Amino acid sequence: MSTYLFKNGHLLDPVTGTDGVRDILVVDGTISEVRESIAAANAEVIDLAGAVVAPGFCDMHVHFREPGQEHKESLASGALAAAAGGFTAVACMPNTKPAIDTAETAMSIRQKSAHFPVDVHPIGAVTKGREGKELAPMAELHAAGAVAFSDDGSCVHDTKLLRIALEYASMFDVPLIQHAEDPFLFAGGAMNEGYMSTVLGLPGIPRLAEDVIVSRDIAVAEYVDGNYHVAHVSTYGAVQAVRAAKEKGLKVTCEVTPHHFSLNDEHVRGYDTNTKMNPPLRTRDDVVAMKEALRDGVIDAIATDHAPHAIFEKEVEYVYAPFGIVGLETAIGIAVTELVETGYLTLWELVEKMSTNPRRILRLPEIRVEPGAQANLTFFHPTREWQVDVAQFRSRSKNSPFHGAVLRGRPLGIFNKHQFVWML
Amino acid sequence: MSQLSTNHLLGLDGVPREDIELILNSTDTFLEVLERPVKKVPTLQGKTVVNLFFENSTRTRISFELAERRLSADVVNFSASTSSVSKGETLLDTARNIEAMKVDMVVMRHAAAGACEFLRTRCTSRFINAGDGSHEHPTQALLDMYTIRKSLGTLEGVNVCIIGDIAHSRVALSNIFGLVTMGANVAVCGPPSLMPRHIEKLGARVFTNVDEALGWCDAINVLRIQLERQAGASFPSLREYRNTFGITVERLDGLAKPVLVLHPGPINRGVEIDSEVADGAAAVILPQVTNGVAVRMAVLYLLGTKTE
Ligand SMILES: [Zn+2]
Repeated sequence: MSTYLFKNGHLLDPVTGTDGVRDILVVDGTISEVRESIAAANAEVIDLAGAVVAPGFCDMHVHFREPGQEHKESLASGALAAAAGGFTAVACMPNTKPAIDTAETAMSIRQKSAHFPVDVHPIGAVTKGREGKELAPMAELHAAGAVAFSDDGSCVHDTKLLRIALEYASMFDVPLIQHAEDPFLFAGGAMNEGYMSTVLGLPGIPRLAEDVIVSRDIAVAEYVDGNYHVAHVSTYGAVQAVRAAKEKGLKVTCEVTPHHFSLNDEHVRGYDTNTKMNPPLRTRDDVVAMKEALRDGVIDAIATDHAPHAIFEKEVEYVYAPFGIVGLETAIGIAVTELVETGYLTLWELVEKMSTNPRRILRLPEIRVEPGAQANLTFFHPTREWQVDVAQFRSRSKNSPFHGAVLRGRPLGIFNKHQFVWML
Repeated sequence: MSQLSTNHLLGLDGVPREDIELILNSTDTFLEVLERPVKKVPTLQGKTVVNLFFENSTRTRISFELAERRLSADVVNFSASTSSVSKGETLLDTARNIEAMKVDMVVMRHAAAGACEFLRTRCTSRFINAGDGSHEHPTQALLDMYTIRKSLGTLEGVNVCIIGDIAHSRVALSNIFGLVTMGANVAVCGPPSLMPRHIEKLGARVFTNVDEALGWCDAINVLRIQLERQAGASFPSLREYRNTFGITVERLDGLAKPVLVLHPGPINRGVEIDSEVADGAAAVILPQVTNGVAVRMAVLYLLGTKTE
């Protein structure tokens, strides 16, 4: 029998409405007591003075590379990175090799992850092989545990196919997650199209490529009353379209990555390929728009788009480098530094964006920090300063533009599925 | 003797006016060397220069090689195609090899923007960018500027218009940076579909009517149209391009004042420029080639002899 007593932590639980210092006693993975002061003789005591305790964080957008490219990240190494970053759940995108477009692949991801302290939820492909032509077996995928559908990495570009997918997915009440990017406007771009792409001579990806797809998709979602989620919004235009959709009361949600609310296209100067991701880093104005949309509730969730690549793959000419950066282990630090310290979000709202809302979007069971519930907890220190060192990452890949950055807000550990992972 | 402020020449973005002036003034000296019966000076004796060309450009390579040999450098040519990235060694492998070979200077041409910067940050040699994708081609811009200065006496206040595919042109970008720094008035002219975003923020005025542009300027720099890439994709046809933007005798004859005509070569006769213009009195296209060797000698000399 294992007993843990988490003492003096500041509990922020949007579900039960708790905001205050509490002691939490966990016996055999189940919360037995939540009170202002608990004494327990045989418990392992963890002093959380100054730290926050929250319902387990959920990253609804990660790329674990298993099956197919385990040299970048396996399910196991990805789960370790998630735990180190303070997440108890992730949803992994289906652009594996092969794609998660069959029940067998979805099932095998769940089986391989069953014993991890982090819940790994597969997202099923919308189309077979993510090729945008024929629907994947969505009912079978859903039955095998797919929590959403997406062709992420590629846009579902055929409007009729999108309509059918939204209609079909509505019977499972799960969202279709769109990688919103017009492939013709994208046309081999490497960074945001604008002043910086002109100065650096790099082919541009216009903001228009995202704006037109989000606007079109919302029209389709309205028409079929679909459940539509925009992955990694990055432009002012996209969040304005989502804002309008929400004002109309449509079932439209969206997420933003930490890099899109903290870095802009000026960081591409120097051609560091760790500034290359898709969607690309946008302009200063877009970064401000992301923060304001988070504050206003237009953006529901923070998701990392954790995209591991090996050093040899990234250490190449900018235009040839693959898109994407790792994000799990820096998410809390960037979010606290860029959003909480600057006054855009309270810690309470941060917990909503990183736990409550993504779980609600994916229809995962809500987490209550109260007696009788399974303990599913994230611990982080909201003011502790630390310097990012990619060598310390649990992720198998180190492709981060935040190496060396000094951040405030440090993940401390998680408790989930009877397992306590402590990072200090 | 004054020195350049930089150890490398990767582009003209951010290069101070004093550096450009020093290069252009030194070019005068080397042009004089090229007029001598013995066109060789011992300036870079004992220095090794590698011409690292990942993209074919016989012209630029020969111009650099002549400049290097006339400065008595030891010259090594390395050509590699990057048509397939997956094949052969990576740029990082190349960087490690250069570092191991103890090369003094590297002249580099590559199809990818930023490739020269990539090697520069990983090697201790001195680098000259001989063209990286659609980014910069600083020695081409310097030779263009030198040619204009020599013909018109100054760059200050001179109206220069660059005509053609601005969006995919390293020549245009380097010229804009350099000319603006030197106090020239710069304009670009071409189909709006080949105009990069926010080009005006670099200080360039934008024309879409070539006759208006010609009426405004003292010198034009006519860019080569990449036949294979663009016809049909960014504008309807080569015929329409020639009729709308081509530099023809008729267009030049109607002007109130003469215009100096530059072209970085190779020329598509009858597309961006007609033969009568390219071979006519207003053109300085062949002097550009001669000046190119002298400018490159100046750059190689200034970087190769620069002390830390
Ligand atoms: Zn995506």
